[in-house]
Formats: sequence, structure tokens, C-alpha cells
Amino acid sequence: MSNLTPHTGKSTLEDFGDSVGRAEALIGAPGAIDGFDAKEGAGVRGEGPLPRRKFKRYFRETGWRHIVGVVVAAFAIFPLLYVFSASLNPGGTLLTANGLFGNVSLESYLALFQSETHPYGAWFVNTLVIGLVTAAGTVILGALAAYSFSRMRFTGRRFGLTTLLVVQMFPQMLAMVAIFLLMVQISDIFPAIGLNTQIGLIMVYLGGALGVNTYLMYGFFNTIPSSIDEAAKIDGAGHARIFFTIILRLVAPILAVVGLLSFIGTSSEFVLASIILIDPEKQTLAVGLYKFISDEFSKNWSLFAAGAVLAAILPVALFLALQRYIVGGLTAGSVK
Amino acid sequence: MTTPTIDRDAAVETPPSKKSKRAARLAEQAGAGWKLLIFKVVALGIIDALALYAALVLFQTDQLVAAIAVLAVTGIANWVYLSRGNLPAKYLIPGLIFLLIFQIFVAGYTAYIAFTNYGTGHNSTKESAVNALMLSAQERVPDSPAYELTVVERLGEFSFLVTDPDGDVELGGVERPLEPVNDAEMDGGKAVAVPGYNTLNFSQIVANQEAIADMAVPISDDPNDGSLRTPDGSVAYVYLSSLEYDEAAGTMTDTRTGTVYSDIGTGAFTAPDGTELMPGWQITVGFDNFVRAFTEESIRAPFFSVLLWTFVFAFFSVFTCFALGLFLAIVFNDPRMKSKKYYRLLMILPYAFPGFLSALVWAGMMNQEFGFINVVLLGGADIPWLTNEWLAKFSILLVNLWLGFPYMFLICTGALQSIPDDVQEAAKVDGASAWQIFRSIKLPLLFVAVAPLLIASFAYNFNNFTLIYMLTGGGPRDVTADVNVGATDILITMVYKVAFVGSKADYGLASAFSIIIFLLVATISVIAFRRTKALEELN
Repeated sequence: MSNLTPHTGKSTLEDFGDSVGRAEALIGAPGAIDGFDAKEGAGVRGEGPLPRRKFKRYFRETGWRHIVGVVVAAFAIFPLLYVFSASLNPGGTLLTANGLFGNVSLESYLALFQSETHPYGAWFVNTLVIGLVTAAGTVILGALAAYSFSRMRFTGRRFGLTTLLVVQMFPQMLAMVAIFLLMVQISDIFPAIGLNTQIGLIMVYLGGALGVNTYLMYGFFNTIPSSIDEAAKIDGAGHARIFFTIILRLVAPILAVVGLLSFIGTSSEFVLASIILIDPEKQTLAVGLYKFISDEFSKNWSLFAAGAVLAAILPVALFLALQRYIVGGLTAGSVK
Repeated sequence: MTTPTIDRDAAVETPPSKKSKRAARLAEQAGAGWKLLIFKVVALGIIDALALYAALVLFQTDQLVAAIAVLAVTGIANWVYLSRGNLPAKYLIPGLIFLLIFQIFVAGYTAYIAFTNYGTGHNSTKESAVNALMLSAQERVPDSPAYELTVVERLGEFSFLVTDPDGDVELGGVERPLEPVNDAEMDGGKAVAVPGYNTLNFSQIVANQEAIADMAVPISDDPNDGSLRTPDGSVAYVYLSSLEYDEAAGTMTDTRTGTVYSDIGTGAFTAPDGTELMPGWQITVGFDNFVRAFTEESIRAPFFSVLLWTFVFAFFSVFTCFALGLFLAIVFNDPRMKSKKYYRLLMILPYAFPGFLSALVWAGMMNQEFGFINVVLLGGADIPWLTNEWLAKFSILLVNLWLGFPYMFLICTGALQSIPDDVQEAAKVDGASAWQIFRSIKLPLLFVAVAPLLIASFAYNFNNFTLIYMLTGGGPRDVTADVNVGATDILITMVYKVAFVGSKADYGLASAFSIIIFLLVATISVIAFRRTKALEELN
């Protein structure tokens, strides 16, 4: 979650700015970049008379940019190549991992699923389940709230929106002690949803479902002309039907974005997960892999690396997919 | 984007006529299908049943406030969903319930804990602290009568079925004082079974030897009466505590040494010379935790160094990432450059890679003895990247740069491209140099767009738990400090360590730190956002 958060806006102050603007920035920025890419190649070419001069000019104009690009790309990609190479090194320690791609085998990936003290398979499934359920819950709760804020006018609406902003100033992570003690008390009475249960953790995560997500969605809901639901109302549709069958379809892009961001965020959340989940087979990848590494740091490096590669595939793929998804303007053509 | 909102606002200000209200109601009735109705009834029924069950359990365990809260919330939810109006509430309630419990309530609860001494040794009521103390100081009374004992079990919980020397049969367990039993099955003057319980046979007693030997069954509600313990599972003896509790005076007296420990309001029985009997109990201590954080030398010194480092770290992490991101955005924001797409893809990867994994991978690469950086890149150097105080700080900033520059690159690229060309063209026509254009036109415009994001990023890094905790664990540790902190700990990792790492947990102090963090972040962000608002108006 760490590096994603400024973008997703899970942080405390994110939404002090204009939330609508934020949604626009989120949706607009990558689109702008993509649009820009389309133009590339259309630029001016240096056309000096002599080849030598041509190179000089080329270098001054764009050549050095490539050098910067290569250096930065190497900086960016190297740790990832390193961990990938370490994961292919069977039975490797931290030291043997230094021989990049010297030894290639998939052994570590298999061994990963055979350790009894470190149930990687269970961690993986737990992370998926917790992440998916939380993402679905966040989308549902957030969309319901955003719909009412965007489409209805009621007393306390402005107050509600401001409260959501203020509440975000105190992120759940700060309340970790209180959450822990609350879960301890809950598990005294209802062990099924208290400490050391995944349902409990999901409920805690859903506590943060409103807030930033609602703001993000609220901004998007506002861009959908209310003439659409008014038309539906005239045609005899009730509010529930309008919401579920019309609005939800039109706001699908933002639902996808919020859902994916929530999934990526919760699947790498560490603090609350490490406090609430105690048994190794109930933990998530973030907690499990951290414990694994702090227990036997350099001994099983290739196992850890394999675990890290597998754990990262899904978030990275989702993230790259998400970038393109945002560009889609589903609502653009929906007004007849 | 905001236009529709304004339009609707204006429209709503005219009160709806009677006709339109009726039309809306008709539409509502026509729209709500019977399937939805059934779904509503079934869902509400399930929730009500669960809530009723929860309330009953809560009543049984004497949690009256919680039980009433559950019933009240369920009642409100029922009213909202069964009534015709309250449309906004219908959509808001599900999210609000979670928000209320796990965000608003816990925020308030944090504030409450910050004013208590909750933590190791102070985690329960005075009553249970007294019991625990009495138990821990128990010794067998010489010449005490022997009780014939049968160990019985129900639902995995053991109980003592004892026949006292007078022949009376009693039953009790841990924290359940002895109570007379009338319907026990007797065998030669000894009770051997009681309805509803399973009698343990010899092999079962052997299998659970430790648990049974650890049991102390109170003889009565008064802890001074002592309790029964059994060395062998067949005979129980009276054990009396060497501590004597005087409830009226609130004192604990050690009968062997004669020391009187009294309750002087610090949450533990304290002797005149200041020694405390542990465990103590939970009390409200007012601003003590905050006062400790700012005055008690062994906490204050590490606290202030952590506070300073938190600010330094948050500032530099935003600054370095933004600087590199902006630089790259400018470098790549050139129409003549080819294959930017591929560079961008590679550069985004660190941002897409889960943060906790990156930190762990870097921790491996920076390992002093075996890490890639020392062994391969620096040809066998022995640089303590993560174990020297200053190098560890540098390493954290470096790794954070790796993690954070792609995000800044993305937003800077977006912001640069949104700056209209004509402004730059005009400046160019007026004879401004490229640097002047950048300095006086692009940068201010860029700042307007990214300033809120920079503040958000600052606030985020202020609490960047994952990076610090996974990379250095806050280390290298400051051995002189009374709290568990290291040179690279920021406030949030300090909270975590004070509360959850190590053998001693101080929830009160940790919560006080949480409150301090909140106050700091809130103040900074309010000021900063005021400033940027001003910035926006200027331009």
C-alpha cells in the first residue's frame, strides 16, 4: 500500500482539495499521457547537412534524454530483476542470490508450498479472499453513500460530507491500539468475529470504506447527468432500480478503479493485519512474508524471493491494467 | 464537472409541489418490484435475528451499554428500511455503521486509552488484580484438612468435585468458587460423579496433569479464604495466600514480611518504599502519558529525536521524489523523443510493486555481509547500510526515492501537459529563455496543480509505517532509551513498537503518541491547505 497510497488517496489529507478535481486528476492524468504518446514521432526531426552535426544535434535534443532514461530505468528495474533472479536460484541464501541468473530452476516455487511452519499457500488464499471481499464491500458501501450524496438533497448532507473529510484526518492506522483492544473485547463475547479472525479484519477494513472512496465516487457520480435518472423516474423506475440498473452501470469505471485500488491497498496492508491475525495459517502475505524474513533472514532467501514474485504478479498486473482502464470514458456517450 | 451539481442545487431550492410529490411516490411504488421486497424482508430478518442474538449474549455477560447500542442501531435500521421515506438514510446506513464502529468509535477510544495506564500489568479491573495477586502468592497451609477430590469436565473445562472432611459435597472451578452439590453420585463417602459432567479417569488425569496441577479453585468469594489445589488429582488441599487483602482499607499485607501495600491511586498496590505489586489494574491517569512523553527523560529524549526524524524523513521523501519526478517529466516531455512508452513502463514498475515487498527486497540487497550492493556492486565492501544510524537514514530515503519517484513522475507529466501552450508561446515571443519560462511560468502553474498532492504525500510519508518497519525495523536500536525505539523509527512505528513489540506493552503511552501524531498532521495539513488555497487564488 505504501507507494500507492498518495495516488489512491488513503492518506489523511488527500481530500482537502476539491474532490471533483481529484477524480479528474486521477482520470485525466494518465489519459493525458497516453494521448501524448500518440503524438510521438510527429515531432520535428533535425536535418543537418552533415552526419556528424546531425548526431550532435540529435544528442543535444533527444539523445541525452535516452541516457537519462536508461539510467533511471536501470535504477527502477534492478531490484525487481534481482528478486526475480533470486527466486530462480534453488535453495539459495542471500549470498548465493548475488550471482544473478547463474542458476535457474523453479525449485523454490515448489518448495514454497511445502513448508509447514510457513503456509504460503494459505497466506496467498487469505490475501486474495480478504482483498476481494474488502474491495467488493468498499465498492458497495461507497457507491451507496456516493449515490445518496450526489443525487439527493437532505438535511445534514453538507455536514455528512464534511464529517467524512474530517474523519479521514484520523486514519485507522493511528487507532491500532484501540482497534486491537476492541477486537480483544469482541472476541471475549463473539469469538467468530473478534481477534484472530479474517471476518474481523475485513470489518475493520470496511470501517474505512467511506471517506476517500466516497469522495472519489461522488465526484464521478456528479458527472453523470441527472437527466438520465429523471428520465428513468418518468418511465416509472424506482430509486433502487435506477441505482442498481442504470447508475451503477454508468459509473462502472470508477467502481472498477475504487475496487482495484482497495484490493491493492488491503492486500499489502501490514499494521492492522499483523495485529489482528495471530495464527500463521490465518495471516496474509504481508504479515507472513515479513515474519518469514525476520525469522530466518538470509537462510531462505530464494524461498522468500519466490514468494515475493508470486505475491507481486497480481498487484502489478492489476495496476498496469488499471492504468488503461481509467482512460475509458463510459459516461461520455450515455446522454442521448 | 461541477456544473450539474450547481444546477441541481438551484432546482431543489424550489419546494416540490404536491403533485410532483405524489408522482414521485407513484413512480416509487411502480418501480419497486416484489423481488426486491422479498430480498429486503429476508435480509432485514437475518440481520435482526443476528442482532437479537448478539444483544442477548451481551446482556448475559453484563455488557448493558453494548447490548442497548446493538438494539438501538438495529431498531433504527429497521425503521429506516421499512418506512417509506428516509431515502438518503437507506443508502447511507450500511457504510455508516462500519464507519461509526471502526473509525469514529476507535478514534474516540484511542483518546480514552491515552488517558489510562492500560498496558502490561494494568490490563484489568482491580478485582481481578486482587485475585491474581492472591493466587500468585498462595502456599499450602500446614496441617490443613485434605479434601477428597474427583476431577470432572464439561465443555473442555475442568472442575473440582470435592468432599470435605465433614462429608459435604461441593463443586467449583477456576474463578468459580465452590458451591454445594446435592445430586452427586457417592462411592464410599466420596463424591465420584455429578450429572452433567464427565468424570476423568486416571489416564485422562495423567494426560492433563499440568492443567489440573495449575488449577486453583477459590473456596469462597472472599479471596482471603484461600483456594483448593491438588498435587495428584485425587486429594485437594487448602492453599492460603501469604498476602492478605483488606477491602475496606484497600490494602494488601504481606503476612510474612509485614509490609503493607496500599492503593494510592496509581493502579497498583504500592509499599511505602515505592515497590509495586504486579499485576495492577487499569485506572484513568489524566494527562500523565502526555506529560511523560514530554518530560520523563528516558522517554522524552527518544521521543524528540523520533519526532525530528519523522519531519526530516517526510520532508525529504517528498522533496527528493518530487525533484526526480519533475526532472524526469521534463526530460521525457519532449515530442521529439522516441520510445518514451517503454521507459515509462519500466519506471512505473516500482510503483506497481507492493511496497512492503520492495522494502524487504531492498533490506536484503543492503545487507552488510551478504547483500548485493556491498558484495557485488562495491566489490566486497563492508558498508553498514542499515545498521549505522546515519547510513540507515540515508538508505531509507534512497529506497523511498525508488518507491516514490514514479508517482511524482506521473503526476508531473500530467500537470505539465495540462499547462496551455499559448502561455509559453507568448513568453517565447517576448524573448524569455527556456529557464525563465520554466521558472516563472511552468513551475508556478505546476505547483497549483500538484501542491495538494504534495501535502497528501507529506502526510502519507509522515505515517509511512511499511517502509521503515520492513527496511530497518526502526533500528539501529537506541539502547539508552526506556522505550523500544531506534534511530530510524518514525512516530507511527514507535506507536506500534510501544504497544505490540517486545514483552512490555504500554497501550496508554502508545495511544498518547497516536493522539500527538494526529494533532501534528492535522495542524500541518490545515495550514498547508490554507496556503495552497491562497496560491490558487493568486494564479
